[in-house]
Order: sequence, then structure tokens, then C-alpha cells
Amino acid sequence: MNWLLVLVGGALGAPLRYLTDRAVQSRHESAFPWGTLTVNVLGCLGIGLLTGAVLAGAAPSELRLLLGTGLCGALTTYSTFSYETLRLAESGAALQAAANVGVSVLAGFGAVLLGDAAASAAWG
Amino acid sequence: MPEPPPAEDPDVDLHLPAHRAELRSGRASLLGAVALGGALGAGARYGVTLLWPTPHGGFPWAVACVNTAGCALIGVFMVLHEELGSPHRLLRPFVGVGVLGGFTTFSTYAADTRTLLAAGRPLVALADLAAVPLLALAAVAVSARVTRACVARIRNAEGAR
Repeated sequence: MNWLLVLVGGALGAPLRYLTDRAVQSRHESAFPWGTLTVNVLGCLGIGLLTGAVLAGAAPSELRLLLGTGLCGALTTYSTFSYETLRLAESGAALQAAANVGVSVLAGFGAVLLGDAAASAAWG
Repeated sequence: MPEPPPAEDPDVDLHLPAHRAELRSGRASLLGAVALGGALGAGARYGVTLLWPTPHGGFPWAVACVNTAGCALIGVFMVLHEELGSPHRLLRPFVGVGVLGGFTTFSTYAADTRTLLAAGRPLVALADLAAVPLLALAAVAVSARVTRACVARIRNAEGAR
């Protein structure tokens, strides 16, 4: 059952990342990977909310496997993030590459804190 | 001689006509390939965390290694994918977007850092936050470079024959 929850979450998260990435990338012309940044921050917000809700006892811990390990895990990505950063660096946009890393890490971590705080405020 | 920049994005690059068109021609097969890959990738990641659990307050090695390995693999995959010329239209969506995108995770990485902070381990949290991006970027840079060098050697050997 645990495996099924993770697999279903993963099967939902990856296409959701692809579609979100596409939607964001179609709305700007720059080389900066806003799409991946968006899914990564959204996934971090989601996992923060979920962790807060589970800790507050408002959500069953099985939801962690479906929505946390599966959905948010597959919605977010490290491989695309790192490859896009490499692309920026190799195309001469070193500043944008560094900004992508700094903004992704700080915004992702901040989104977890924000989600966690929001869940605590709602159910804590 | 400077190396040419990688031309293609693992997820989607709307500057490339083939990527722009891929959702129009066979939406179900494309999203199906991404979903199947995502399920396999997430399942593999879950398996690694079961085999290699992180003790309370400890450095999350399993997720750090999953992310580093996934970044090394995408470097190899994308270089080979570009070398193929006209690969199957579902290969990149399945492997790049699905399997490797689902295997690696940004959310668990960030949430683990938060958990470490809450457990009163700020130094371990900071080490996780800083070390994983460095490992991941080193992995993708080295793997792409080594794969390109291997491809060039094979090309040269073929050309000499």
C-alpha cells in the first residue's frame, strides 16, 4: 500500500511539473528557467503545508507518502534544476546560473517554512 | 576552444520546434510516458530511503545521494540524447522529465533541512542546504563533460577508420 501511494503521487507529480513548466516558459522569452523554479517552490510550499498539517494531527501520515514523497517529490526536481544551471553557465550567463542556484535554494527553503507556518496557524 | 553550450532542456524548451510540438502530437502518450517515468523515479527514490533511513537529527545522506546520482545521470543522458540526432519522441519525456525528474527531489531536500533545524541541528541543516547544490552541480558538470569527451573520442576513432 505504501508503495502504491508513492507511485501514484509520482505519476501525478511529474506530468504536473511538465505542464506547469510549459505554461510558465510560454509566458517569457528569457533563458532563465522560471518554470523549474516555479515547480520547485510550489512543491516546497506543498511539503511544508503537509508536514505542518501532519504534525498538528490534521492529516493522516499516509498522506506524506502520497503527497510528500510522491506528488511533491516528483513535482520538484534536482536533475532539471542542475542541468539548466549548467546550460546557463556554459552559455556564458554565469550570473544567471549563480542567481538560479541562490534563488532556488533560498525560495525553496523559505517556501517550506511558510507552508509549515501556515499549517500551524490553520490547524496548530 | 570553448565547449558548445548544451542545446536542449531536460524538461521542456519552447525555443525548440520539436518540444513546442510534442504536446500537440499525441498528448496522452506524452503525459503517459512522463507519468510512468515519474512513478518509477519516485518509487526508486522511496526504495533508497527505505534501505538507507536517516536517523533523527542525522545528515540525510540517502536524499543527498539520490539527488547527486540523478544529476550525474541527467548529464550523461542529455549529452547522449543530443548525439542521437533524431531520438524517439518519448525518450526525453520518459527518462529526462519522468524517471530522473521523479527520482530527484527539491522538496524533500528543503523539508529535510527544515526538519534538522527543528531538531536543534542548525549546523547539519546548513551543511545539507549548502552541500547538496554543490554536489549536484559538480555531478552534472563532470558527467556532461566526461560524456562529451567520450563521444568525441568515439567520433574521432570512427573518423580515422
